[in-house]
Amino acid sequence: MKFIAEIDIMPLKSLLDPQGKAVSQSLKKIGFHEISHVRIGKHITLEIESDSKEKAMERLNESCHKILTNPIIEGYSYTLHEKKEDH
Amino acid sequence: MKFGVVIFPGSNCDQDTVYTIRDIMDQEVIELWHKDTDLQDVDVVVLPGGFSYGDYLRSGSIARYSPIMDEVIRFAKRGGYVLGICNGFQILCEAGLLPGTLLPNTNQKFICKNVYILPDNNKTPLTAKLDKTRPLRIPIAHGEGRYYAPEEEIARIRQNHQILFRYCGKDGVISEEFNPNGSMDNIAGVCNETKNVFGMMPHPERATDDLLGNTDGRLIFESLVKTLEEKKFSIYN
Repeated sequence: MKFIAEIDIMPLKSLLDPQGKAVSQSLKKIGFHEISHVRIGKHITLEIESDSKEKAMERLNESCHKILTNPIIEGYSYTLHEKKEDH
Repeated sequence: MKFGVVIFPGSNCDQDTVYTIRDIMDQEVIELWHKDTDLQDVDVVVLPGGFSYGDYLRSGSIARYSPIMDEVIRFAKRGGYVLGICNGFQILCEAGLLPGTLLPNTNQKFICKNVYILPDNNKTPLTAKLDKTRPLRIPIAHGEGRYYAPEEEIARIRQNHQILFRYCGKDGVISEEFNPNGSMDNIAGVCNETKNVFGMMPHPERATDDLLGNTDGRLIFESLVKTLEEKKFSIYN
């Protein structure tokens, strides 16, 4: 079976996110006074071949720990759904 | 001493490093390609600066899995000496050989300028022969150099004398004013617990030739070479 994963990677809350801070300030400057606390992360989509959803999740977690994220500075979450093959 | 400088796709300080080791320090040096799996009996592995794999994902995160890195990790765990400069430092952190990691600079800019750094202790081969009261003028050139580790880790590396250098002013004063990138505790370089793996963001290899008007970086290489020579001598006698 083939699954599609959508992974969100965010800097940990305890960390300063200078990019988010700069965008926050810029938004205020152009009139979006009601917007604050912008934090910017990464979004990764990928396909994964696996016998089951459980196995796919296990491999996905492994890949996140090994390379896709750095646990010292980032947290992640994802959604996983089966890919419907086109006919 | 025999040095090996590892070249990754995107390394760009490898030749400066080779030049410094061979022409300035008068030591044997070989170039190692990142796909090599034989370290050819070098005494010291150097991971140079640059932008390995275009800094994709996180600086150093892809280079960390280059074939040669398995050997470098094995070498380091056996007590072999490894020095990572700039991108090399980032790779060593990603590989888990050094504590902490490097984040984008607080001001969101690539910073390329001379800074001053102060050796934090004399308990490591890289800093053993340095004067702890004399600031060294060394260039930095990075976009992701903000050293970060959790507070308890910082406390641990401080207690264990693993902080190699801290950013300071011309007269050696360490304060936020002289912190170019937002690094915790003004940290510019750290080593591992066993003090055989070193990482630093500033580029000592860019400050070794008289022609460039700044030779403070030479002192750092001299400290390493002299200390290792003494160690080698003491082993054989």
